[in-house]
Order: sequence, then C-alpha cells, then structure tokens
Amino acid sequence: MSTSRKGSMMKTPDIQRRKVLTIGSFKLGICHGHQVIPWGDLDSLDMLQRQLDVDILITGHTHQFKAYKHEGGVIINPGFGTGAYSSITYNVNPSFVLTDIDGLRLVVYVYELIGGEVKVDKIDFKKAQPVG
Amino acid sequence: MQNSIPDGFPSTNDQEKLLADALALVQHHAFYMHRALDNNNLQDALKFSAQMLGELRTSKLSPQKYYELYMKTFDELRMLEVFFKEETKRGCTNAYLYEEVQHAGNVLPRLYLLCTVGSVYIRSKEAPAKEVLKDLVEMCRGIQHPVRGLFLRSYLSQISKDKLTDAASEFEGCGGTVVDAVEFVLQNFTEMNKLWVRMQHQGPAKEKEKREKERSELRDLVGKNLHVLSQLEGVDLDMYRDIVLPRVLEQVVNCKDELAQYYLMDCIIQVFPDEYHLQTLDTLLGACSQLQPSVDVKTVMSQLMDRLSVYAASAPEVLAEFSQVEAFSKLSEAVIKVIEVQQDMPLVGAVCLHVALLTFTLRVHADRLDYVDQVLGACVKKLNGVGKVNDSKATKQIITLLSAPLEKYNNVVTVLNLTNYPKIMEHLDYGTNKIMAVVIIQSIMKNGTFIMEADKVEALFQLLKELVQDSDGSPTLDELDEEDFMEEQNLVARLVQMLTNEDNDEMFKILITAKKHFQKGGSKRLGYSLPPLVFSALKLVRRLQEQDKNNEVDKVTFSPQEQGSSTEADEANISPQKVFQFLLQTVDSLSAVPAPELALRLYLQCAEAANDCDLEPIAYEFFTQAFVTYEEEISDSKAQVTSIHLIVGTLQRMHVFGVENRDTLTHKATGYSAKLLKKPDQCRAVYVCSHLFWIEDEGGVQDGERVLLCLKRALRIANAAQQMASVTKGSGGPVTLFVEILNKYLYYFEHGNQHITNAVIQGLIELIVTEMQSENTTQDPTVDAFFASTLRYIRFQKQKGDGVAERYAAIEV
Repeated sequence: MSTSRKGSMMKTPDIQRRKVLTIGSFKLGICHGHQVIPWGDLDSLDMLQRQLDVDILITGHTHQFKAYKHEGGVIINPGFGTGAYSSITYNVNPSFVLTDIDGLRLVVYVYELIGGEVKVDKIDFKKAQPVG
Repeated sequence: MQNSIPDGFPSTNDQEKLLADALALVQHHAFYMHRALDNNNLQDALKFSAQMLGELRTSKLSPQKYYELYMKTFDELRMLEVFFKEETKRGCTNAYLYEEVQHAGNVLPRLYLLCTVGSVYIRSKEAPAKEVLKDLVEMCRGIQHPVRGLFLRSYLSQISKDKLTDAASEFEGCGGTVVDAVEFVLQNFTEMNKLWVRMQHQGPAKEKEKREKERSELRDLVGKNLHVLSQLEGVDLDMYRDIVLPRVLEQVVNCKDELAQYYLMDCIIQVFPDEYHLQTLDTLLGACSQLQPSVDVKTVMSQLMDRLSVYAASAPEVLAEFSQVEAFSKLSEAVIKVIEVQQDMPLVGAVCLHVALLTFTLRVHADRLDYVDQVLGACVKKLNGVGKVNDSKATKQIITLLSAPLEKYNNVVTVLNLTNYPKIMEHLDYGTNKIMAVVIIQSIMKNGTFIMEADKVEALFQLLKELVQDSDGSPTLDELDEEDFMEEQNLVARLVQMLTNEDNDEMFKILITAKKHFQKGGSKRLGYSLPPLVFSALKLVRRLQEQDKNNEVDKVTFSPQEQGSSTEADEANISPQKVFQFLLQTVDSLSAVPAPELALRLYLQCAEAANDCDLEPIAYEFFTQAFVTYEEEISDSKAQVTSIHLIVGTLQRMHVFGVENRDTLTHKATGYSAKLLKKPDQCRAVYVCSHLFWIEDEGGVQDGERVLLCLKRALRIANAAQQMASVTKGSGGPVTLFVEILNKYLYYFEHGNQHITNAVIQGLIELIVTEMQSENTTQDPTVDAFFASTLRYIRFQKQKGDGVAERYAAIEV
C-alpha cells in the first residue's frame, strides 16, 4: 500500500473526509489533518487516533514527513511527493511512504529525496496480541 | 519519305493487336536475317535487317508499345553487330560497311544500321571516335518524328556510351578528348529534348492530358544524357560550370516547355554532385527564375535546398564553402524573386519555399540567428497582405515553419530572440495560435528550459497571448470545452515554475511581468494562474529571508569594510516587504473570480510567511484580509468550518504578534467559531480555539485559565447539542463531543496547565459514563470504542514513569 498526498489547493477539496480501513489485522485511519490543531502536534494526533480507534493513523497537510511510534500504534505523515512549498516547513524534500502489513507486523518504508539522492528508512511496529 | 503526323494513337485494344502483328513481322524478318548471317551473306543480311527495322517506322504505336518493339529489334541488332565485326576480320573494312548500309531504302533502317556499324567502327579505331560520333549524331537529324527520333537517338546513346572519349578512356587521344565527348552528348541531348517537346503540340487539344502522360513515359530517355554527362570522369567542376551546365540550361530555358523544364531541372539537381551545385548556385537559381510560370519551381528549389542541407550535414568541412559562396544570401534572394515573379503562386507554395529555406538555414547556419530571423522576415512580408490565414494547408506549413526553430534549438529562449517569430504568429487564426502556444510551452517543459529574464518573459507571453487572455475574434469562454480549457490553463500554471532567476531583483521583475499578463486573463483564468504565482513569490520571500540571515552572520564576523558594502547592496535589492505588497495585490485580485476559499488559504499562507520574517504589521494585514473574506464571502457551512480550522491553525502558529494584535485576532476567531451553524461544529471549533491560549514554544503565551474557559464553553455547547437532539429526535445524540473534550482536558493536563485539575477530569469522566448509560442516549459503537481507548490511555499513563503516574494517580477509571 502506498500513501501520498493530494494538494489542498486544487479545486473543490473535499478534505472533511476521514476514512477507516481494515487491512489484515490492522485498522488504518486516513485524514487530511488540517482539523487537528496544532498542526503536526503528535499529542493532538494521538487523540484523533484514539477517536478513530485505529492502529495506524495517516495524515497530511503539513507536507512534512513524520513517523511516530507509540504504544497505541503508529502515526505517519508521508510528506509530499513533489516537494512543493509548505508554510510549515522549510525542508521540502519530496517523500512518500510504503507500508507493508504482514500478520501482526507492520513495516513502514520511507523514501525521501534529499540532495538528489533517494534515502530509504524503515520503521517496525508489532501489534500486541489481542488478549483473550 | 514523308513522316506523317498522326492523329493521335489508336485505342489500347488496337494497340495490342498492332504490336503483336509488328512483333511477328520482326520475328519473321529476323529469321531470314539469321539465315543470311549463318551463310555469311552480307547483302542478304542487310536486306533482311532493313526490312526488320522497317517495322520501327510505324506511327501507330503508343510509346510504351513502341518500346517493346524497339527492345525486340535491339536484341536482334546485337547479333548483327557481332556479324559486322566478324566481317571486318574477313577482310571487309569498316569504311566499306559504313558505306554499304547507307544503301538501305528507308532512312530509319538506314540510320539504325549506320549506328550499329559505327559502334564496330569506333571499337576498331580505324577512324577517330569523335568523327564517327559527330557524323552519327548529325545524321540522326534525318528523323524528325518525335517517338521514332527519340528511340533512334536513344539507340545511339546506348551503343556509344562505352566508347566516349573520356579522360583515361582507351578512345582518348587521337579519338578525341573529353571535350568532344561532352559535345557529342550535349548535341544528342539537345536534339532529343526538342523532339520530346514537339510531342506536346501534336494531336487535338482535348487529348493534352493523354499526351502528357505519354511524354512522361519517355522522359528518362532524355534524362539519360544528363546521367551520362555526370559519369564522365573528365568533366570536372570547371568544365561543368563553363560548358556543361550553361548548354544544358540554355536548352531547358529555351524550350519553354513546362514538363521538360520541371523534369530536367530536377534531373540536374539529382545527377550532378552537390559541390558543383554549390559552386554554380548563381547560374542554377538564375535559370529557375526564367522558367515558365506554370512550372512548380518551388519544388525544384526545395529539392535543391534539401540536397544542400544534407550535404552540409555530411561533413563539417564543407560548411566553410557555404559561407564562401554566400549560399544563404543567394538562396534567399532567389526565393524572394520567384515569389515575386510567380504572382499566381498560392500561399501554401510560398510558405513551403520558406520552410525549405529555413530548414537549409537551420542545418547550415544554425549559429546565425540573424539569418533565421531574415527568413522569417521574408515570410512575414508575404503574409502581410493576407491577414489571418484561412487556408488549412498553408496553416499547416506555417506551423512547420514555427516548429522548426523550436526543435532545432530545443531552447525557447533562443527562439524568443527571433523578432519575426511573433509577427508570423499574428497571422494564425485563433485555434492555430493556441496550438502553437501549447507547442511552445510543451517545448519548455520537455527541455527543462528556464526563462530567466523579465524581458524574455514578456516576449514569451506575447507568443502565448491567446492562451493567457481573451482577444477579438476568440470565442467566448462559454463556448470553449471545459476540459480543454482546464488542461490549457494548467499548462500555463506549470509554466510559472520555469520562470525563475537566482538574482532576486530579476526574479521580482519576472513576477511583475507575469502578473501583468495574467491580470488580463479574466476571471475564469485567474484561479489557475495566480496560485502558482503566489507560491513563486513566497519562495522568493524565503530566499530573501535566508540571505538576510546569512548577511546578519556576515555582519557579525566580517570587517567593517565589507559590512558597508553589504548594506549598500541591501538598499538596492528587493526586500521581503515589496514582495508582500505584491502578494497582497495578487491575492486581492482573486475576488474578481470570485474565489474566496482560495483567497483565504493564500492570505493565510502569506501571513505565515510574514510571521517567519518577523513582519508584524504585514502579517496582521493578511489576517485582516482573511477575516474580511470569511465574513463577506464565505457563507457555505462546510466551507466555513474548514476556513475556521485554517484560520485557527495558522493563528496558533504565529509568534510575531504583540499582545494587542494577538488578542484582537483571537477574539475574532473564537467569536466566529461560536457562531458556526451546527452545534457540533461550534463545539469543535471552540475547543480547538483553546490552543490559541497555549503556545508550547518558548516565550509563547500559556494562559491556563482561558484555556479552561474555552473548554468549558465547548462543554456547554455540547450539552446544548445533547438537549436539542433529545428534543428534536427523541433521544440524546452520541456522546462523542464529551469524549473529545475529555481528551482535550487530558492534553492540557499533561502539558502542565494547572487549571485543569484531577477533579475537573474526574467530573467529566463521570458525566460521560452517566450519559452513556442513560436510556435517552443513542448507542454508538465508535463512541464506545473512543471512550474505551481514552480510558485505556489513562490507565497506561498511570503506569508510566517520570512522574507521569503520580499526576494520574488521583484519577479513577
């Protein structure tokens, strides 16, 4: 599964939407992110994660890549594929993210274009076995 | 013996029969001839061969059929030639044979036999080749009938071609020189051409087309002579220039026959080497202008130019030659002259000529932009009388003309230097102009060409006029296809990314130029064109900001001398303030569209950028405009919710505002939040506003009390929402708002807001539990899950180290 952002400056942005999907044993939530204030604040995003009751929250708006792992799950902002201007960050390296779900294991591969070179990073997350 | 002028050839069916009969007769006479040959009977051989050749005296066969008869006879004559050779070995002299054959009764057979003997005669070297050939070529004048004469002379040409007194040939020397060989071929050629032209005037006028077709079939017989000339080793450039070409051209021009002129000019160009053409350009082009008006001279000249282009590409050394003979100026003058002289030339023809000349110029003189411009200029002159071009063929050619430099240079900036380029585009109709504009932008994109100067940007926009704005004659925007329009405008938007310069002053000039043109685009276009411009300007602001920062560092570490120079430079340079003025005006323009939501977003983007530059008044101004836009133009509920979030989210990040300004804006934001239409939206917007009073960054305000007030207000709204739902729907709504607010409480609790106490949190937890258990409340599994995960979170925090557990200790779940 790949995740990337569609710009919100394009006509008729329907960014009120949120979506929850189930893939394998993981629940994913997708949301644009401009409603979560402060923008990019992980604690506030945490709240959204709890609200949607998902293991993985994918969000955007800031154009800044972030990946955060905590006991409840993973929060990912895949950044922006084109490296377009963002008021949030001066560092607009283009990036995107591929997530691989295998049983109870989630691996996030992050691809960033920094200085003309593609850098790849990896984040592992294992979901706790449900009790009972 | 009179050769009668026929009344046109009989029909095809008759032709078949006539040919069959003639072939049979040839066969018949040949049989007896062979018998005579076997018996070494010269007299009989001559008698029967003459009879056989008599079949070639017919006037009734069409050229194609005559050819078949001729070939059959030709084969038989080869046997006869062998016999003649044998005869001379048996004591008969060539001179004697040469005399004997002239006793044949009819002139045509006589001449065929004479040529055949002549072949043997020359080979024997008993007489000089040049004399025999001279005699033969003159004797052939005896046949003035076009078809018969052409084939006879063709026979002469065939048997003589290996016996010409070329340089280093065995027949040179006493036999003659190459000059004689040339003279012979030229004479034969001249006579053949005359015969060929004469065919045009035979027969009734209504059969003209048929005649021309028949003539076409014979043309290679004439052209062969030129080929022979080109193969002569002894014909060097000088001889070609001084003798061959002038004589050939003389015949071509004087014959005044359209078919012949076109074919022969083409022949000359094809068979003789390109270096010769280069050196005789004056002569060739001079002849072109003397041809009959109906001759397709533009194709001839195009062929010539194409050949020369290829020649130029073949080897770089020859390019010097081109300059030396001034090929370009001669060709361009010739083009102009031809167009002038041939008044009836259709527009597409004239443009085609210019296309060929341009192709030539781009291949041979690619570095001479002035030449390229000159060619375009000549085309402009031609188009000047025409206005907008209607003819689709001509239009196609004009597009080819305009695309050629783009493809050659792969760099629009080079093309922008051609002053005549836009002038040609003006003659295209609306649709074609747009096509060209798209081609130009695509070329920029494909080649990654950056346009780095404001005046080049200006020139570029002139070319893209029809895409960027409406003009007289363009269809109204309603008539345009929506999708096409969007595609085009997106293309223009993408173009903005390519207009850039690292020098800040120049970059600003570019922005101003682009904006000037976009302003003329009308409300439908602004929504596409202005956003990329805004972001381009914001990037410039960032760049200025970073350079200022570096200058600050420099000021601290470097000597006063350098300090002085950098401040001087700063005064001359563009400043962020100027760019923000530009940005304000640009975003303001969007009200004309109108596009309030877009404008709002852009105002906020600019506000953040101003914040980063520490420019408080400017940031405030952008917020003001954002609020005004919200108040006056955004009335859709959904849009309002989004807009409020954007405003609050942006405001929350501002560090540049002093207390007063901050308060004013915060008050406005919270006020609008509370006035959203739907209660849940109100509630969420209000609790989100709580973050305006709590800034994590150092020096940021952290007003715990006002945070709590906000959250309490949100709680009241949530309550009201519950009550309204129970009144209107008969049951309470879902408890989700309470749970959300609880989470917000937890957020501030964790971040150290003293006003959020255990008690407050405990109270809300109990409230939620009560509500959820109440019969009135709608059950909602998502809310249950949310609350459950919230409680889970609290329990988790109670386990944590670092003093977190202590804080959470008092909360019971």
